[in-house]
Amino acid sequence: MTRKKRRLLVLLVCGLGVGTAAGLSLWALSSDVAFFTSPSQLAHDHPGPGRSFRLGGLVEAGSVQRTNEGGKPTASFRVTDGNTAVVVHYSGILPDLFREGQGVVSLGTLAPDGSFTAQEVLAKHDETYMPKEVAEALKKSGHWNPEQGAPPPASTWNTLTVKKTGG
Amino acid sequence: MIPELGHFALALAVAIGFAQGIFPLWGAWRRDARLIQAAPAIAIGQFIALGTAYACLTWSNVVDDFSVLNVAENGHSLKPLIYKISGTWGNHEGSILLWCLIISLCGAAVAVAGGNLPSSLRARVLGVLGLSSVGFQLFALIESNPFVRLWPPPMDGRDMNPLLQDPGLAIHPPILYIGYVGFAVPFAFAVAALLEGRIDAAWGRWVRPWTLAAWCFLTCGIALGSWWAYYELGWGGYWFWDPVENASLLPWLTGTALLHSAIVVEKREALKTWTVLLAIGTFSLSLSGTFLVRSGILNSVHSFANDPARGVFILALLGLVIGGSLLLFALRAPVLAASGVFAPISREGGLVLNNILLCSIAAVVMTGTTYPLFADLLLGEKLSVGGPFFNSTVLPLAVPVFAAMSVGPVLSWKRADLGSALIRLWWALLLALAVGGYAAIGMKILPALAFGAAVWLIAGAAAEVIERVRLFRVPLGDSLARLRGLPRSTFGTTLGHAGLGVTIAGIAGMSLASEAIVLVKPGAATHLAGYDWKLIELHDGAGPNYDARVATIEISRNGALVAVLAPERRQFPVQNITTTEAKIATNLVRDLYAVLGDERDGGAVLRLHVNPLAPWIWLGAGVMALGGLLSLTDRRLRVGAPLRRAGQAAAKSAAKMGAKA
Repeated sequence: MTRKKRRLLVLLVCGLGVGTAAGLSLWALSSDVAFFTSPSQLAHDHPGPGRSFRLGGLVEAGSVQRTNEGGKPTASFRVTDGNTAVVVHYSGILPDLFREGQGVVSLGTLAPDGSFTAQEVLAKHDETYMPKEVAEALKKSGHWNPEQGAPPPASTWNTLTVKKTGG
Repeated sequence: MIPELGHFALALAVAIGFAQGIFPLWGAWRRDARLIQAAPAIAIGQFIALGTAYACLTWSNVVDDFSVLNVAENGHSLKPLIYKISGTWGNHEGSILLWCLIISLCGAAVAVAGGNLPSSLRARVLGVLGLSSVGFQLFALIESNPFVRLWPPPMDGRDMNPLLQDPGLAIHPPILYIGYVGFAVPFAFAVAALLEGRIDAAWGRWVRPWTLAAWCFLTCGIALGSWWAYYELGWGGYWFWDPVENASLLPWLTGTALLHSAIVVEKREALKTWTVLLAIGTFSLSLSGTFLVRSGILNSVHSFANDPARGVFILALLGLVIGGSLLLFALRAPVLAASGVFAPISREGGLVLNNILLCSIAAVVMTGTTYPLFADLLLGEKLSVGGPFFNSTVLPLAVPVFAAMSVGPVLSWKRADLGSALIRLWWALLLALAVGGYAAIGMKILPALAFGAAVWLIAGAAAEVIERVRLFRVPLGDSLARLRGLPRSTFGTTLGHAGLGVTIAGIAGMSLASEAIVLVKPGAATHLAGYDWKLIELHDGAGPNYDARVATIEISRNGALVAVLAPERRQFPVQNITTTEAKIATNLVRDLYAVLGDERDGGAVLRLHVNPLAPWIWLGAGVMALGGLLSLTDRRLRVGAPLRRAGQAAAKSAAKMGAKA
């Protein structure tokens, strides 16, 4: 084998490795990433059944219900961004920092009845923490200006009128 | 007084850092022997200054000096002593100071242990270490000074995040940091070689022990972090593809590639340019891993409070160090000519394949980790990349790595025959197929594949040693003699590869774990994976700085008591944080794992797991690190030691001759 041929072979193997990596990444990026959606976005932009995505917002005050279905503890609650609320069902142990009125991000799929079935509920930060995406969704819906302090209590979120904060 | 002393020592360290970055490099360039010889002393002085600064910060933490802002924000008088010490590095400012301390420790180590290096190379290595760290010391002094005072001091501190108050995590950051920062030494060697325009087999021999040491620490650090996530977070998993986990995995992947390509430089003087690039790339990944995550640019549990000024400073530093070294590489790499040639099927060929695949895996992990950032900046879309992405991209690339790993070590250098190599491995292959096939009967396809791969790696590693001692082909005594004669690095390879096999077996076992979430009343029992879990009672408990709710669970199998677990929920009043304390009973073959959830309807929600082979994940990492350690003690890597001794002997005999005359 000549030097030239050998170099070609090495390049070919490199190309194959890098090409496979790029191909795999592109394929996985098109199917395996989870987009972040707020309840309002969900109302007019349906991600399709079976497709998993992340839903973020505040846990509506007074909406948390804990039940037992055949000995399996489940919880359901409403996630809101002030304009729209979505019902979330979750079977499992809610994280330690899960509270009403706090920011939450859950990963799961949309059920045919329009509710959200969560596989994972994330609220793993300290209690003053607001997930970045949730804060942005709230800012977008005009309900909270983070520069003016902590978010107002969740009970005031579930209204369709825009509240002025810090006023 | 003590914090001011620390502040002064830190400022002194910055000054020494500038001296270390400028004088040795200038001296090596102008061939000024005095400046070249001054390099080791400067590096040791740097370590003493930073050591003093760090000791002062630790002292302030231990004596609860709440007039220091950093201690007031992270300390608490009730915190146990071990967490007062570990609290020093458990926050942004302290961890940056630790980072600086460790890089100066590397410099001092090169100064002390590098007596056999050519003095101009040593001066250049120390100079590069100084240049690449001084910016971060400046950052510690100006932007994140841990010694800032607070007036009036509060009555008590705000305490550390309770999740971090854990013995496993107390030692995790220093070990991980030694791993990260340790790659600064191969990086400095690579840049020094570019400056000198020369790389030879001796260079490979000097770089390898430093790479090996850093790799061992990084392996242990990652394993400790994953173990902590497993038993402390209480989610039942061990790896979450969180940006901070990926940030530690990236330099591990390229560092593993570097470890192997440095062998080729040492043995065959080939792949020089590539090895230099890998050394630069590995340290760049360590740097960006440590700082991007902590600057809050990547969204992660580990990002400390983010401040835009800090982010910009760090980005500028990263750009300078990484960009500067890559520019130097582009300018000077053509000088480094390769001399060794080899056929595609050879030991070198196998190592090249290993490098290509490991770097491809690193590339997809990097893509997945940074994609959300780019999607947000460029496309304005919020998304997250999690387990599914990494599973479907990393696994297909990992399969050929595993396949090649057992074959590579039995190939000969320069030119080899794949057929005869496979014949030597026939029984390992047969065993792997048998185990994989047997596993495939009752399980899903992926775990079966993983069990097969694990057996292939472990048996393949054993096969290499058996082959080299010619077991059963020569008398047993001869085999034993050969075994004793084998270089330690052979066992290093064997343990390293077998250790990965053990880890993979653990991962495969974990994928077969069973889990149940149940509401149980005291006195009632539930059934999971052949075990009966009986909730005996619930009671209150208390620790030094928390209140707890404790459940007592008796686990029995066919009526025989197996274990009693007492998982807790802890309430830390200072930060008003609740944590779950999972409890685990292990017999090294399976873990029984219990988490206490909330209480309702007179009962408690329990999450129970049975995790087959789970401890093997971390045991395997330990075996890998042990293999690295064994390679480190190989006399081949201490090539300078006998030389120096010979030199001393010669000098002594010369002195004797002189005395006689």
